[in-house]
Amino acid sequence: MAERAAPILEVRDLAVAFHTLAGELDAVDGISFDLHRGETLAILGESGSGKSVTAAAIMGILDSPPGFVRGGQALLDGVDLLALSEGRRRDLLGERIAIIFQDTLAHLNPVYSVGWQIAECFRIHRGVGRAEAYERAVDLMRQTHIPDPERRARDYPHQFSGGQRQRIMIAMALALEPDILIADEPTTALDVTVQAQILDLLIELRNARNMGLILITHDLGVVAEIADRLAVMFHGRIVESGSVGEVFADPQHAYTRRLMSAIPGRAPPPLRVATKVVGAAPLLEVRDLAKHYEVTSGLMRRRTGDVVKAVDGVSFDIQRGETLGVVGESGSGKTTLAKMLLLLEPPTSGSARFGGEDLFTLKGPDLLHLRRRMQVVFQDPFSSLNPRMSVAEIIAEPWSIHDGVVPKAERADRVVELLDRVGLAAEHARRYPHQFSGGQRQRIAIARALALAPDLVICDEAVSALDVSIQAQILDLLKSLRDELGLAYIFIAHDLAVVRELADRVAVMKTGKIVELGTTAQIFDRPAHPYTQALLGASPLPDPELMAERRQRRGIGIQMVKNG
Amino acid sequence: MGAERNTAAVPTAAPRSGARVVLGLLWSDKFAFVAALFLIFVVSCAVFGPLLLGGTATSMNLRLRNFPPFTLDHGWLFVLGADSLGRSMLARLMVASQNTIAVAAAAVAFAMTVGGVLGLMAGFLGGWFGNIVMRLADIIMSFPSLLIAVVVLYMFEPRVANLVLVLGITRMPIYMRTSRAEVLEIRERPFVAAARVMGASSFRVVFRHVAPTVLPTLTTIAALDFAFVMLAESALSFLGIGIQPPEITWGLMVAQGRNYLNVAWWLAFFPGLAIMLTTLSLNLLSSWLRIAADPTQRWRLEIPRGRDG
Repeated sequence: MAERAAPILEVRDLAVAFHTLAGELDAVDGISFDLHRGETLAILGESGSGKSVTAAAIMGILDSPPGFVRGGQALLDGVDLLALSEGRRRDLLGERIAIIFQDTLAHLNPVYSVGWQIAECFRIHRGVGRAEAYERAVDLMRQTHIPDPERRARDYPHQFSGGQRQRIMIAMALALEPDILIADEPTTALDVTVQAQILDLLIELRNARNMGLILITHDLGVVAEIADRLAVMFHGRIVESGSVGEVFADPQHAYTRRLMSAIPGRAPPPLRVATKVVGAAPLLEVRDLAKHYEVTSGLMRRRTGDVVKAVDGVSFDIQRGETLGVVGESGSGKTTLAKMLLLLEPPTSGSARFGGEDLFTLKGPDLLHLRRRMQVVFQDPFSSLNPRMSVAEIIAEPWSIHDGVVPKAERADRVVELLDRVGLAAEHARRYPHQFSGGQRQRIAIARALALAPDLVICDEAVSALDVSIQAQILDLLKSLRDELGLAYIFIAHDLAVVRELADRVAVMKTGKIVELGTTAQIFDRPAHPYTQALLGASPLPDPELMAERRQRRGIGIQMVKNG
Repeated sequence: MGAERNTAAVPTAAPRSGARVVLGLLWSDKFAFVAALFLIFVVSCAVFGPLLLGGTATSMNLRLRNFPPFTLDHGWLFVLGADSLGRSMLARLMVASQNTIAVAAAAVAFAMTVGGVLGLMAGFLGGWFGNIVMRLADIIMSFPSLLIAVVVLYMFEPRVANLVLVLGITRMPIYMRTSRAEVLEIRERPFVAAARVMGASSFRVVFRHVAPTVLPTLTTIAALDFAFVMLAESALSFLGIGIQPPEITWGLMVAQGRNYLNVAWWLAFFPGLAIMLTTLSLNLLSSWLRIAADPTQRWRLEIPRGRDG
């Protein structure tokens, strides 16, 4: 293991503050940690905990103003990075410390080929010639396992998938052979199977180059998968640190314990007796639903004959009060499926009967009436509420669309009632969406969905954008609403653990088809389809021992890579 | 649950009446406040000026030809001097404001309403209708606007209504294009999809969700356009196909004063200043309006109260 020599990076009492309207705000409040060669330190925290600000301060890329370093040191082999002049620091960074980010599309220049962009590092820092720099870039792409690097180096960032772009970012970060790599939420935007590959790559490169790796993440599963040590941040402080095994086995701080217990799907949920009437007609019957897009090309939109099958013959039933989880990776067609059921996109073929009526042929007042029974909660609570409407207006809007549901005089009281139902207070009604946190906004969106007393709510990644502890609260809310109001849910998510928490039955989607459909217990305990098995195998679980075992099986972690 | 609830950190003011809220917001932006006062003054000149000073503005006094400004020797009416026929500049400016403001406001309002609605529909409906609207915008834009105006006003009578119509139509494309572009983006936002799922009609989606988001951009453009229209009107008047003397507008006064620039600079300067100050005030007020109408930006006006901005 890592020799206990002097640490390569020592952070001492780092404090970062921001100027805000309400005075100075401490984002990072005196944190200290060490990093040794060849080890992975995970900094775990929810949004606003100061984890990314810490990385930005070390790298000297803090947004300044309003941010500023209030005190402390960041010693790289004994040299304080924070006390260096701008120029000296720039020389050291990149050479010694590199960083990769979550949003790869924003951090790659769209107008240059990726080979050119990686080669640029060599040309600027090493002063090597054009041809040689390019050759080295191709070699780096090979090391980060991009297939056919000679050809792909000429491609532009948008031509790569999210996972491949992250590999390119890693290649760029490693160009100057740094001693420390900081990865700021490197896999958050990626599908689970891709995430597992990127984490493997990071470990492989760390071992091959004997680097120190700082992994900033909110995901306990990722921590369990690849970290050696763990520092938990909360409100700008490190509240707990230690080896991953210790912290997971025996969390000391109250916040860590809360975080661990908030993880969805950790304990298999108690078997819910769904209040369904045996033999009754299902609430929603979907048969052979399909959405095909014809590929067109050229100025005249000529049809090329190619067809993209976004959804390709999907059938399922939902009973009253039942929750169907739909899982799949990006591009599996799960959101297109939701859009068709919500009548936001017309289907190519197939049928859906809702309460016995054909969903796709209804028109006029019948359709309007049906709209009342089916509502939606979207993923992004920031854009699903009109920023120019107050909370009261947002929640009351359905009633002005559907005359006679709630008389005008009673609307204000009903808004308060609904706010109370989703755990918000009456005084929130006058405020505007931007004055709320992500979790609160999702509550407002849920209140709006409930305003018409629907039978079915489609949740399209409704908790994916939220922090773990907030996620747990929203899941609890959805559960209690289901039990009290007898709601049925179609719960679409890429996160298997979340689905396990809520769903009665689960449909696994891949390239537009449902590859497996069964009860939650069947899918998670006895997955039959190879894709389901792969998906379950790739999703990180917050259990370090299990993860180590799994990695062993994949052959990572054993020194199998050449040095250099 | 506690941590999440305490994050809405904006103080909730006690509910006040609408007019007081608007006045309070206006007072906290001093530039916008002064601009509003100036515009009120201009508008009242436009309404009452011709009634009170109509005679004075046309009465000639050849002894006071090109009388210089800033003296009170001949009474307060001549404080801004007199023109080449000895008419009071101040009276003429106040009287001219009526035609000027009426033509510019009507033309801009016409362009903004018709252009904005066409753009909204083009963006929302798309398809062949959207194509026709956009090609229409291209055609109008590709013609020099003054040329169209000259042709149209030469063929028809140079009446005020025709002038307004021509100026309005030539300024329409900018509203069509801007509102269409914004609609294309806004209609893809999840809150619009949520409204559709609730059963909202297209009419409701456009006027409740899309239009309020587009409107601030259009008013900002309209404020800038106001100056352009005033100048275009003066150019047409100068060519003799706009407002006909003895009717006067600021633009016409600038055009007439141009010949005397080396002997009597004030003939062109004061109407020019009036055009500039009006445009400037409109701009200040429209940028204030954009902030005040946006709930996510409004705090900028609410916070600095009691402190000098």
